[in-house]
Amino acid sequence: MKVQLVKLAHARSGDKADWVDFGLFAWNEAGYRLIEREVTAGRVQAHFAPWLPGQVTCWRLPNILALKLVLQGALQGGGARNLRMDNLGKSMAAALLRMEIEVSPEEFAEAVAALRVGWWPG
Amino acid sequence: MQGTVRIGAGLGFYGDAWEPVAASIERGGVHYIASDHLAELTLAILQKDRQRDNTLGYARDVVPMLMKLRPLMQARGVKFICNAGGLNPAGAGAALCAAFAARGWKVRIAVVTGDEVLSQLNAIAPPHMFNGQAFESVRERMVFANAYVGARPIVSALQQGADIVVTGRVADAALFLAPLVHEFNWKLEDANTPADLDRLAQGLAVGHLLECSGQGSGGNFGSQDAWKAIPDLAHIGYPIAEVGENGSALITKAQGTGGRINFDTVRQQLLYEVHDPAHYASPDVVMDLSAVRLQDLGNDAVRMTGVRGHARPAQLKVVGGFRDGYKAEVTWGFSWPDAYDKALAAVDMVKAQLADRRMGHDELFVEFPGLNSAHGPLAPLPSSEALAELNEVWVRLVIRTQDKAVADGFGRLFPWMALSGPAYTCGFHGLNSSSELLGIWPALIDRQAVEAAVRVEVLQS
Repeated sequence: MKVQLVKLAHARSGDKADWVDFGLFAWNEAGYRLIEREVTAGRVQAHFAPWLPGQVTCWRLPNILALKLVLQGALQGGGARNLRMDNLGKSMAAALLRMEIEVSPEEFAEAVAALRVGWWPG
Repeated sequence: MQGTVRIGAGLGFYGDAWEPVAASIERGGVHYIASDHLAELTLAILQKDRQRDNTLGYARDVVPMLMKLRPLMQARGVKFICNAGGLNPAGAGAALCAAFAARGWKVRIAVVTGDEVLSQLNAIAPPHMFNGQAFESVRERMVFANAYVGARPIVSALQQGADIVVTGRVADAALFLAPLVHEFNWKLEDANTPADLDRLAQGLAVGHLLECSGQGSGGNFGSQDAWKAIPDLAHIGYPIAEVGENGSALITKAQGTGGRINFDTVRQQLLYEVHDPAHYASPDVVMDLSAVRLQDLGNDAVRMTGVRGHARPAQLKVVGGFRDGYKAEVTWGFSWPDAYDKALAAVDMVKAQLADRRMGHDELFVEFPGLNSAHGPLAPLPSSEALAELNEVWVRLVIRTQDKAVADGFGRLFPWMALSGPAYTCGFHGLNSSSELLGIWPALIDRQAVEAAVRVEVLQS
C-alpha cells in the first residue's frame, strides 16, 4: 500500500543560498526502518521534479532515527532574490511529507502502533 | 570553572521576541545569554539600511532589547553575547553605549570588528561555493561581503571583563561556544586530541540547538497533529543548555514556560540547515553528528552526548551580497463565481500590458495564495468543478526586472482594471511594492588574512 510520509515522520526545512535542506524524522524505530528503506535521494528527486528539478543528496542517521536530505536549486537562486511568497522554503518540508512510499499494511500498522521515542505526555 | 555553565538562547533572528529571554534570565538560572540576530538574508536587509544611513547597518532591536534585559542581567551577573553588530558593530556599540549612558548605567561593552572582507574578495575573486559560478559575473554588483568568524575574539572580550559582547558576522553557534571555551579554558586553535575536538564539537552543537530561539523548544514543529500537543506557544520558553567541562549537555528551558523540549523537538533543530551531518564546518571545529546520542529524560530535558569533532577548516566561509535586479508585486483577489478563471484572465491582461508598453523584464512570476504558493505543482489543485466553485481566489503577480523604472511602474498597470477588468474584484494589495533584490554569494577565504584584521575594543558607558 502507498502511504504519505506525513503518517510516519515529521520534518523541518531550512535554506542555505539556493539549497533547501530537510530533516526527516521517524517517530520510532519501526517507522525508521520503513523510511530508511523507501526514501532514497533518487525518489525524493523524482518527487520534487515536477516543481524543482534539482539534484538531491541523502544521508542516514540511524542514531537519531533521521534522514538528512538536500535539494539543490530550490529557491530561484536564494532567499533574497526568490519571488515566491515562501521565499525561504520554510513550508517545503511539508511538500516532502506529501511524498508516498510503498509499505505493507502490517509494516504500516506496526510503525503507527509503536510508541514514540520522545516524551509526549497526555 | 568547576561544575556546569548554563547558557540561554537569545533571539533567533532580527525582530524576534525577547520576553522569553527575560524568563530564562529570571527563572532559568543562566550565566550567559547568546543571541543570534543574523540569518543569511539579514545582512542583505542591513545593507539597505546602511545605504540610506551609514550609521546604521546593525540589528537595531538590540538597543530596546538590552534596555529591558540589562537590569535583569545585572542583578544576576548574567553576561550577554550577540552578533547584532551586523555590518556595523561599531555603530551598534556606540548606540548601546549612548543608550546606557543616558540612563546612567555603567556597562562594559566589547565590540568585535574585522569580519568585513569585500576588498579581499575583490582581490581573490573566489567562485560561488555551491555552483562554481565565476566571480567576474558579479564583481561590479557586490555590495557587501563578510566572513564567518569564530569564537576567539568573543573569548578575548570575556577575558577582558566585558558584560556585553557585540560582534558582526560571527558564526551563529560560535556565540555559544565562546563562553564555554572561556569558562572551561578549552583549547581552541591548538585543540588536537579527540577529547579537545569532541568537546568543542559538543559546544558547537549546543550553539546549533540554541541559535534559533523557539525553534529549539517546540516552535515551528513541522508535523501532522503532534504540534497541537505542544503547550502554550504564546509563552514559549527558549532553550537553555547546561554544559559540563567535558562538553556533555543537558537541554532544557525555564520553569513555567510553554513549548516542549523532547527527543523530537531537539532533533528537528539539531539537523536544521546542516548538509552533510558528518562534516558540518564551522570556523572553530568540524562537527560530526554520526554518533550523537539524544536521551529524552522527560519533563522538558534532553541529554546530548557523542558529538564528535574534527580539525577546523583552513578556510572561512564568506557571505557576500550583490545587486540582482528589482521586483514589484501585486496581489489581486476575485470572488465566486468563476473566481479562478477570472484570476487567469487578469494575469493575461497584465501580460498584454507588459508587452504593449515594452516593459522589459526577466520573469513574471504568478502564484495563487491559498492554492499553490507553498508547494507549487506538488500541491494537487481541486477538480475543475470544485475549482469553478471556489469562494474566492487570490493571484499574486511578481515581476523581476533589471530596470528600476519597470519595477516602479508595475503597480500602475492595475488600478484601471478595477473598472475595466473581470468582475467581483476584492481589491489590490502592494501597488507600491518595488524593491531591489540581492543575490547571495557564498565563498571560501583563507582564514589568516581575515583573523589578522579582527579587533576587540572595550567601551565603557
